[in-house]
This record gives sequence, structure tokens and C-alpha cells, in this order.
Amino acid sequence: MLLNQFLILSAVLFSIGVYGVLTRRNGVMVLMSIELILNSVNINLVAFAAFREAIPGEVFALFVIAVAAAEVGVGLAMVLLLYRNRRNIDLAEIDSMKG
Amino acid sequence: MIQILAASLSPLPSIPLGITQEGNWFLQNAWLIPLIPALSFIGILFFGKRLPRGGAELGVAALLIVFLLSICTGFAWMDHRDNFHGEEISQVLTTGEHGEHGEHGEHGEHGEHGEHGEHGEHGEPSLAVVNTTTWFITGGVEFSVGTLVDGPAVMMLFVVTLVSLLVHIYSTDYVAGDRRYTHFFAFLSLFSASMLLLVISENTLQLLVSWELVGLCSFALIGHWWEEKENSNAALKAFLTNRVGDMGLLIGVTILFFASGKMIPDSFGSFSIATTNALASSGLLPHTTLLIAACCLMAAVMSKSGQFFLHTWLPDAMAGPTPVSALIHAATMVVAGVFMIARLYGVFFEGFSIGGSSINLMALVGGFTTLVGACLAFVQRDIKKVLAYSTISQLGYMVMALGVGAWTAAMFHLFTHAFFKACLFLGSGSVAHSVHSFDMKSDMGGLRKVMPHTFRTFIIGSIALAGLPPFAGFWSKDEILVGTGGWGIMGGTGGNGSYTFMLVMGMITAALTAAYMTRCVYLTFFGEFRGHGDPHESGPRITVPLWILAVLAIFAGFLNLPKGFQLVPESLQERFGHYVEPVAGYFPKISHATPSWSLAIISTIVVVTGIAVAWNYYFVKVEKASKESGQSLTELPDGLTTRLVIARMGHTLLVNKYYLDHLYTGIITRAVKEPIAELAYRSNQEILDRTVDTFGRTAVKVGQFNYNKIDQTVVDGFVNASGRISSDSGEELRKIQSGKVQSYAAILFAAATILAGLLIVIV
Repeated sequence: MLLNQFLILSAVLFSIGVYGVLTRRNGVMVLMSIELILNSVNINLVAFAAFREAIPGEVFALFVIAVAAAEVGVGLAMVLLLYRNRRNIDLAEIDSMKG
Repeated sequence: MIQILAASLSPLPSIPLGITQEGNWFLQNAWLIPLIPALSFIGILFFGKRLPRGGAELGVAALLIVFLLSICTGFAWMDHRDNFHGEEISQVLTTGEHGEHGEHGEHGEHGEHGEHGEHGEHGEPSLAVVNTTTWFITGGVEFSVGTLVDGPAVMMLFVVTLVSLLVHIYSTDYVAGDRRYTHFFAFLSLFSASMLLLVISENTLQLLVSWELVGLCSFALIGHWWEEKENSNAALKAFLTNRVGDMGLLIGVTILFFASGKMIPDSFGSFSIATTNALASSGLLPHTTLLIAACCLMAAVMSKSGQFFLHTWLPDAMAGPTPVSALIHAATMVVAGVFMIARLYGVFFEGFSIGGSSINLMALVGGFTTLVGACLAFVQRDIKKVLAYSTISQLGYMVMALGVGAWTAAMFHLFTHAFFKACLFLGSGSVAHSVHSFDMKSDMGGLRKVMPHTFRTFIIGSIALAGLPPFAGFWSKDEILVGTGGWGIMGGTGGNGSYTFMLVMGMITAALTAAYMTRCVYLTFFGEFRGHGDPHESGPRITVPLWILAVLAIFAGFLNLPKGFQLVPESLQERFGHYVEPVAGYFPKISHATPSWSLAIISTIVVVTGIAVAWNYYFVKVEKASKESGQSLTELPDGLTTRLVIARMGHTLLVNKYYLDHLYTGIITRAVKEPIAELAYRSNQEILDRTVDTFGRTAVKVGQFNYNKIDQTVVDGFVNASGRISSDSGEELRKIQSGKVQSYAAILFAAATILAGLLIVIV
């Protein structure tokens, strides 16, 4: 079995995700990019689990999916609230925590 | 009957400690008792000012709860003492490199078994209930904290909680309207907590901590009215004098820690009171070590319990509010030293070789203090100072009793003294509350008519202190005199040694005590009122505690009727001794003197003589003189009393002179007493006080140098520099805090990348 393809795929996905998180100004897009990062990790976990024929990796991936769902729920709720309060979900304009 | 745990199984020798971990709920959970007043302290401190009664209700409620708990603990202990047959804990001893000591251990153990027959005289063994938990572990040594509940602890719990509760109730009236009312009750609570912690301490370290805590509370409460320089000076004097003794305590505890550690396998040292005592009592610790440790601890006793020559702080401590004097400087804190001797009695008994000797340091210090204190009480004008010197004298009595091996007698005297002395102090407070002064000669007199409750309770307290049968003081004092064992000629034998010298000192003090209390009562309550204003009886919150204490001052003595007292059935004799005196591995085997009728009768005659001499002087001659001078000055129909007023107010000096005259020309003891008292007072004031003052002044100079040179430049420099560094770096770092979530994410990913790179490089 070829592990490299999976790892390259996951690295590419991860990089796209990071790029998205850092550059997108739309809150929803940032959340989607975070999903990409998490899923790249999932691919890594499942790939190694299959490669080493060890079940814990897959179990872990399941946990990551569950946590990602919860995270996206919270994230979308925040974005929704931001929109309600400011009619705008541009992350660059949210800097009220400036020190 | 008693299974010796691990002792018979282990190849190493071991000694029984006389403690157990089983027992009634109350005995195992005695830690609750100091905890509740401690919580009340915190509660009063934070919420006291917002409560309707300024926090006093919290303090009273807490003390009421712990008083009830203490009573339950007391009954639980009585049941435990009579009916407990559980497992006893033993201490395994080391052998090998301390082969010599190991052999001693072997010997000691055999001795223990061999002497089991002796328990016949001492009664069934009583196992103290121990409950410990780890405090902290450092350097491989485990420091534990816990409770050791046995007879003396239970007795002290009862005394402390009762007196403290009554003082709390009394104070709600006495310090009413004070500007630091809440603060006062907070410290009363903290004091109760510390004192209760002290009496149930399981180890010497805990004892030391609570010892310092009660000292701190004493300092804070003496200086309660610190705006007056005199009061804050008195507080400082008390604190600093106690520091001298505390050094002794620290050194003594350290010596005992290492000494007992040598006997225990794989151990550095032991703070456990039971272990230390058991090792000392069974002769396993070297005598020289014990002697040095006992001398160091004795210094602590001398400062805390006001023994000559570190007693000078105690009369000054009367600058505090009267309830504080009653609680701290008469009934409880000052007996901490006596209690500490009783707690570590194994160390003292072996260290000073109390058994079979006829003089030792402890008995001598106690005996001397009791005489010096009693003499000084004669020359005081201040009613509280009379009582303060009397307290010194009675504490000397207790230390002397412990010094001659009369352990139970000392504890019993502590018990009865707490009641009648608290009663007297609170009575003097009631008087002062009414006449707004403590000066007996210029502001009191004739108060028996206007303050009937205070007068009656004060009389009861005085008789109990003087030691007339059947009041409480008689029984405890008589037991101490018997315990000296110096009465071998006419029965009353079997003490630990023949301390005839101490017996004589005790007898003289008994006569002096009776005489100065007669003087005090006359000056306060008889004659005619010499002060200003309109004295009145105090309210019920003052008189009720007085009556409770007075009743105890009458009846507390019946708790320990002497053995062989033919008037009562045997089941009522020596109840106090039976329940309070430990018969256990951690307590030395002391022998008990047989009471004798002849000694009791002679000591009563001595007391009556003391009263009679003072009576003859005050109630007969002074009255007569006042009457004569009064006649020449007033013509009011109800002559005697009115004439006395003028005699009093016009001729205070004359009366004083007359008083001196009488002392010089009277009976021999009375003739020499005054100069001795004056001399002692002078040396007290001029030599001892001056030394203390010089020390104080030097300390101030050192402090000033310290402040100017070290504190201002070095310490402040450090502090300022660290402050500047953090503020500057903060100024720089705040630039990163843009508030934009994506710049944070960028930093996060950059950091993660760097760390990942480092991981690759390193691995």
C-alpha cells in the first residue's frame, strides 16, 4: 500500500486550509478552512491506521469528526451572532480585543 | 486484652505507644473543634461589620457549638476510658548501628511487660485516640498534622470552650460600643481556635505553630486599645518576652525531633508527641539529651506561663480589655506552658529525674515563682494587677506540682484555677465597668451594697483561690501539697520524691494568698465608696457568666475527692484523676502520694491564719482608725459608713503608712514580707525591665539601620527594577495584541512551524 499519496494529499489539504484561515475575511470561509485542516488530519490518521493495521487511528478519526461537528456548531453560532449584531462578518473589522 | 500490633510479629523490638486509631466519632473528629472558631474568625473578619451585632453573634454561636461538641467529646472519652479494648499502636525500634540503644529497647520492652502488674495501682490503661493526616512531605520526611485526644486534651477542651464562651457573652456587654468591636470578636475567635488546636496537637510541630498563634492573638488583644502608648508598649513587651521563650521551644522541639528519629528505623526524626514521650518514658533516649531538651522547653514555659524571671510581661498585659485578661492571661493561654509540660511529661520526668529526687529545676522555678508572685500581689493598687500577680503565683504552683511529679494535682489545679480566676477577673471587670477605674485605693470601696452579684461571686472566687474547704481551690491545692511527698512524717507518703522544701513554699504561699485576697476584697467591696460617680450593678450578660463560674468555683473541687476520703463512696473518689491522667505507653509511670487528713487540716489552719491576720488588720484596725478619724470629721447620723468616706478620701496616705507599719511590726512573716515584696518589685522594674528595654532599644536601632541601608537601597532597588522591567516589556508586547483573530492565527501557525522544525532537527 502506498502511504505517500495519502500524506501528500493531506499536506496539500492542510496547506489550503491554513491559507484559507489566514487570508479569507469571511467568517464562514474561515470555518470551512478549519474543517479542511481537521479533515487533512483525519486523512493522516486513517492512512497511518490502515498502513500499520492498528485500529486506534481510525477511532481517533471518529473522535475528530465528532469534535469538528461540535466546533463548527459553536463557530457558526458565533458567526450568526456577529452578523446579527454588526450586519457584517468580516473578520478584519473585528478587533475590539486590541490591547 | 491489648493486642500489640506488629510488635510480636516484627523481628525488631518495639514499644507500645498507648495510642489507638479507633474510637468514638467525637474522639476521632476532634479537629472540628478548632475548625469552627477558625471559620468564625474568617466570617467575622469579612462579614462582621455588616451583621446586626457586629460579628459578636457569630463568635458566640461558634463557641456555643464547640462547647457542646467538647462536652460530647468529654462523655465519649469517659466511655472510651472505661470500655475500650481495641488495638494499640506500637513503635518499631531500630537496631543494628545503634546496637547499644537497641538492647536498651529490648530491656525497656521487657520492663513494660514485667510492670503490667503495676497497672493495678494505676488502673486500666487508657489509649489516646489519634487521627492524623499528612501535612506535607519534604526531604523524605513526612510532616503530619492531627489530633491526639486523651484525658488532659479533653479536660482542656472543656475548660477553654467554657471560659471562652462565657467571656464572649460577657464581652458583648463589656466592650459594647467599642470602636473596634468586630475586630475584638474576630481575635477572640482566632484565639479560641488556636488554643483548641494547641490542646489537641498530635505533634510538637503543630504545638509550636498553635503556640505562636496564641501568642499573636495575645499581642493583638493586649494592644486592643493601641492608641494609648502604654497599651501598645505592653503588647510589644508581652510579644517580645515570649519570643525569648519561643526560641527555647524551637530548640527543644528540634532536639527531640532528632533524638527520637535515631531510635526509629528509616527515619530522620519524629515530631509525634506519643512517640517522643514513649521513647523518653521507657528510658531509650539518652538522659543528657532529655535534660537539655527539657531545659530549653522550660524556657518556653517560663515565658508563656509567667514563671520567674520571664514573668514581667504578664502584669503589663493587663492593659488589654478585662475579658481578655480573664480568658487569655488567667484561664487559658498562660496555662499553655503548664499544659505543654503535661503533654511532654515523659521528657520532663526523665530529663529532670523527677522521680526519687528532692529538688529539680522545674520544682524550684515553680516554687520560687509562687512565692515571688504572692508577695508582689500585696503592693498593688490596681485590682487587675493583684489578680495578675496572683495568677503568676498560681501558675508557679502548677509548675511546682509538675516539678514534684504531682501531675494530676497540677492538671486539677489548672482546671479549678481556670474557673475561680476567670470569675475573679470578670468580677474585677464588672467593678471597673461600674466605677471606670481599676484603682482599688482611690476609686473603689463599699461596692458590696451596690453590686451584690459581683460581690458574692468575687467572694466565692476569693475563697476558692485562698483554698478554704470545701471550695474548689482547697482540693487542688491540697493535692499539690500532698504530692510533694514531703509529709512523710505524718502519713501522706508515696510521692515521687521528698520535696519538703516545695511543701514549705506551698504552705507559705497558701497563707500569703489568703491574706492578699482578704486585702483585695476589703479594698474593693468594704469600707465606703471612694470614687466618683454612681456605681451600679452590671447587666445580666456580665453577672450570669460570673455566677456560672462562681458555682463551678464551689463545686469543681468535688470532681477529684482524694482517694481514701472516708465521707464519700469509693466510686466518687479521684474521678478527675481516673479520667484525665493517662495510663499509657506515652506517659511516665509516676507514683501517687497518699492523701492525709493531717496535712489537709494543717493547710486549712494556715489559710485561716492568713485570712485572720489580714482580717485583723483591715476589718478591725483599719475600720477602727477610719471610724476614729471619721468621727472627728463628720456628724452624720448613720455615722460609721459616712465617716469612713472621709477617712478614706482624706487619709489614704495615712492608711497606707499604717498598712506598712503593721506589716513591719506585725507577725514575723508579715514583717518581712513588705520589704521583700518591694525589693522584688524594684528588681522587677529596674533590673529586668531595664534589660528588656535595652534590648528593645537596640532592636529599634538595628531596625532603623536595616530600613535606611538595606531596605531602601537593596530591597527597594530590586522591587523597582523588576517593576520597570515588566512595565517596559509589557509596552512592547502589547503591539502584538492587534485584536485581529487572523494575525493571532498567523502567529500560532508560525510558532507551530518553528516547533515542528525544531522537533525534526532535534529528533
